[in-house]
Amino acid sequence: MKATLAIKRGAAGETPRVEKFEVEFESGQSVLDALRMARRDLDPTLAFRFACINANACKECMMLIDGEVEYACKAKLREGETALAPLPKKALLRDLATEIAPPEERLFRPTKS
Amino acid sequence: MHLESDVLVIGAGGAGMYAAIEAARAGASVLLADRSLIGRGGATVMAQMTVAVALGEQTPDHWEHHLADTLAAGRGLCDERLAAILCEEGPARIREMDAWKVGWAREDGHIKQAHAPGHDRPRCVYVDFLATGPAVSRTLRAQAHKFDGVRRVGDLMIVDIVTRDGVAVGAVALHVSSGETVTIAAKSVVIATGGLTRLYRRNSASLNMSGDGYALALRAGAELVDMEFPQFFPIGHLAPRLVGMDPIMWDPFRYKLGGKLLNGEMREFEADYAARDNRSDGAYVLTRDTATYAITKEAEAGRGSPAGGAWLSFMHIPPAEIRAAFGPVVDRLAENGIDLATTPIEVAPIAHYHMGGARVTPDFATNVPGLFACGEAVGGANGANRLSGNAITEALVFGARAGQSAAARAKAGGGWSDAAARGAVDLLASAKRRAGPNPAATIVRLQAVMADKVGAFRTGEKLAAALDDIDAIARDIGATPMRGEGPFDPVLLDWLDLRNMVLVARVVAMAALARTESRGAHQREDFPGMDDNWTVNQIVELKNGAPTLRVAAAGGRA
Repeated sequence: MKATLAIKRGAAGETPRVEKFEVEFESGQSVLDALRMARRDLDPTLAFRFACINANACKECMMLIDGEVEYACKAKLREGETALAPLPKKALLRDLATEIAPPEERLFRPTKS
Repeated sequence: MHLESDVLVIGAGGAGMYAAIEAARAGASVLLADRSLIGRGGATVMAQMTVAVALGEQTPDHWEHHLADTLAAGRGLCDERLAAILCEEGPARIREMDAWKVGWAREDGHIKQAHAPGHDRPRCVYVDFLATGPAVSRTLRAQAHKFDGVRRVGDLMIVDIVTRDGVAVGAVALHVSSGETVTIAAKSVVIATGGLTRLYRRNSASLNMSGDGYALALRAGAELVDMEFPQFFPIGHLAPRLVGMDPIMWDPFRYKLGGKLLNGEMREFEADYAARDNRSDGAYVLTRDTATYAITKEAEAGRGSPAGGAWLSFMHIPPAEIRAAFGPVVDRLAENGIDLATTPIEVAPIAHYHMGGARVTPDFATNVPGLFACGEAVGGANGANRLSGNAITEALVFGARAGQSAAARAKAGGGWSDAAARGAVDLLASAKRRAGPNPAATIVRLQAVMADKVGAFRTGEKLAAALDDIDAIARDIGATPMRGEGPFDPVLLDWLDLRNMVLVARVVAMAALARTESRGAHQREDFPGMDDNWTVNQIVELKNGAPTLRVAAAGGRA
């Protein structure tokens, strides 16, 4: 069985593109598991944030999963296609990674506009 | 970009945040850097429940009793000075955290203390199930926020510590989200990067627990101690697949509900092994090394659970009691198809913590002037096996001490030069888009080598083979960093991680091969049993770029 991730990719300022990654589907896997498999087996340049892997403690893996804001470590992978996109209201860094740190914990603090 | 501060703290877990707070209290300016987000990565946020401390709130206690348990668990190898600091200063830090409203669980007007394996009495404070670590992290992050002197910067990965004439004077970092190289001049540097559990396939770690601090320390000229002792947590979740939950979540279930550990024949087996450990009395008390041994041996004897571990059953406990203890979690388990009242789950040992680390004085200074370490990045306090609950305590206590020492040293230190930073700056600048192995797959390959050949049960043959495999991986990744496209380039991050992981993996395997006995978390199938001649610590340092070992008298006396 297979699952397909349709991922909105690109860095800030680039025209976004959707790339599809097909991974083995195993019942009970998370979307984050599938993303990590895609990097391991298909494309190591795929960018997304995560730290704690599976505990839902770091809260870094938030993204749009089929249009809903969810944690990739808590969202169960489904058979068939899943659409992934970066958080729409955060500054894009690359692919699914966005600037989610509070302004006072960044190296470059946003200037007031 | 160039930054300057009196004190650079590397890592924003419990130890690093406490170090930053204490250094700032002493008047130092502090840069608190984390490769992830501040207070969200590392091990502290993952802590499930227990924090061991002789408060004497639940039952009379004294820090010397806590020390006796810590030394006994460490099986002769503890640095007794560090262990004593952990136990004696623990109460002050825990009470300070209480004043900062961390929310230690209370009962009948006192802080509640649970009885954890290896302790002689109820000693472990906690916040709540799955909540201790996040509460500790949140509390320290809020405190650090109150000090203007603490600049907190996430997404900043330290690549190397800069030394000049053998003195630490700062660091070179990669700013992950912009891809920029950042130089940091600092009068003292504190390594608070946590452990190395990401070296193993099954681990309870964050992504960023790659042993960075050990590699940084070694390359800066610092000594490490006890590197052969990664700790395996015996009852890590194995099956069925569970999403959005920490694999060590079953520990609090056992504290509160007991639970039965069963082999493949559905028979309790802990008592069969309890005799090996004269501190055990039959309840949930098997220390982690003995429990890991018991589960692994049952599986090897063909008495494992279907997925190769042991069964953990709560079926004898009334469902209402399970719900009363763990209400919301019961619903999350149900979403994963798990009903503890009717089904046992499978557990198996999982890499959890590292006893080894930087060799430090009671001021938490390494042998490199200006370079300090704290928390799990320090070796020695826990000897060959860490007691449940000592990790957060050591993070807070050692962090505070290291922060104080680093601030004091900053009054005299300094001496940054761009020339001294050139090696690391050039390394980052040399990163290339080049042919080479997929670095994400290479990390998985290294994790398999470590799990299969440098795991909880070792032989000389397997360890020697592991060293060959590690050498092969080192050759494959090469000396020139690989990159994809910046900013936020996961290829470069993986390559920099591999650079550290390969060095640290080699050190663990070398130290394990040299120790021809079994003690605590280091179990050699070809050398069963403790050997008194090995009641010594192994010290590692880099000589001409290669790790070398020597032995030193145990107890921190030499």
